[in-house]
Amino acid sequence: MTPIRFSPSSLKEGRWYDYVIRFALGGAATVFTGLVSNHYGAAIGGLFLALPAIFCASATLIEKHEIRRKREAGLAGGRRGQMAAALDSAGAALGALGMLAFAIVFSVTVQTSVAAAFMGASLAWLVVSVAAWHVRRKIRGARTHKKSGSAISRSRGLDRPTWIKPPSRPLR
Amino acid sequence: MTEYVVRFLVGGLVVSSFALLGELLRPKSFAGLFGAAPSVALATLGIAVYQHGPDYAVLQTQAMIAGAVALAVYSAVVCHVLVRARLKALPATALSLAVWLVVAFGVLTFAGAQT
Repeated sequence: MTPIRFSPSSLKEGRWYDYVIRFALGGAATVFTGLVSNHYGAAIGGLFLALPAIFCASATLIEKHEIRRKREAGLAGGRRGQMAAALDSAGAALGALGMLAFAIVFSVTVQTSVAAAFMGASLAWLVVSVAAWHVRRKIRGARTHKKSGSAISRSRGLDRPTWIKPPSRPLR
Repeated sequence: MTEYVVRFLVGGLVVSSFALLGELLRPKSFAGLFGAAPSVALATLGIAVYQHGPDYAVLQTQAMIAGAVALAVYSAVVCHVLVRARLKALPATALSLAVWLVVAFGVLTFAGAQT
């Protein structure tokens, strides 16, 4: 299993305008949510707090980076780019569970203390997201292990030449 | 006007920070968690509490629950579209926004009917 790590070298892959695009989209999404809240009320506006506006840009940039990296290595990289974006969206699905926890904790605690609501909700997002990611990884790891185990035992059976008799006693 | 300038700057800063953090982290599926970070919510709720008080923020976060459910469905749909339909990331994420809208408003309407 791949451990969680910081990869500062990945920053070199980004161009300056990638960060400008994200800043502009983030700002635009926040302005849009404010406009919707002011025109249609808090309930409709609140819905857009979970709008995946930034996700479109992020997934596209991830795909672009992956394709560029593969092209530099002399490969097409189109499919690899799609798979990288798919992995990111699988992570986002788990992050959405964290966002759900954020919303629940914030709505329950904000009337008691605003500061506690922000801290508690952020912590809930982090804990639930990371826990969901770990659980998914464990399940996938167990499935992969099971599949590869059965594949090995099948291949052992097939690969063994027919003239070799199986050992009468288990080998030690 | 000032309100929207503040919203733009705060939102841009918070979203960029989470995006940068996500870019720094590996593996990619873990970094993806930051794609669904409540960055817009953090920026908006701070302004909402300051302008309208905690009751307004409660209403917003209750609706956000429906949005978060829709986001989970949306992300799963995007993942499947990219893997199975082999669309590029931009059309896959943009077309799937229809799913987010339908699920978000569906859950909000259903939850509203229950209360």
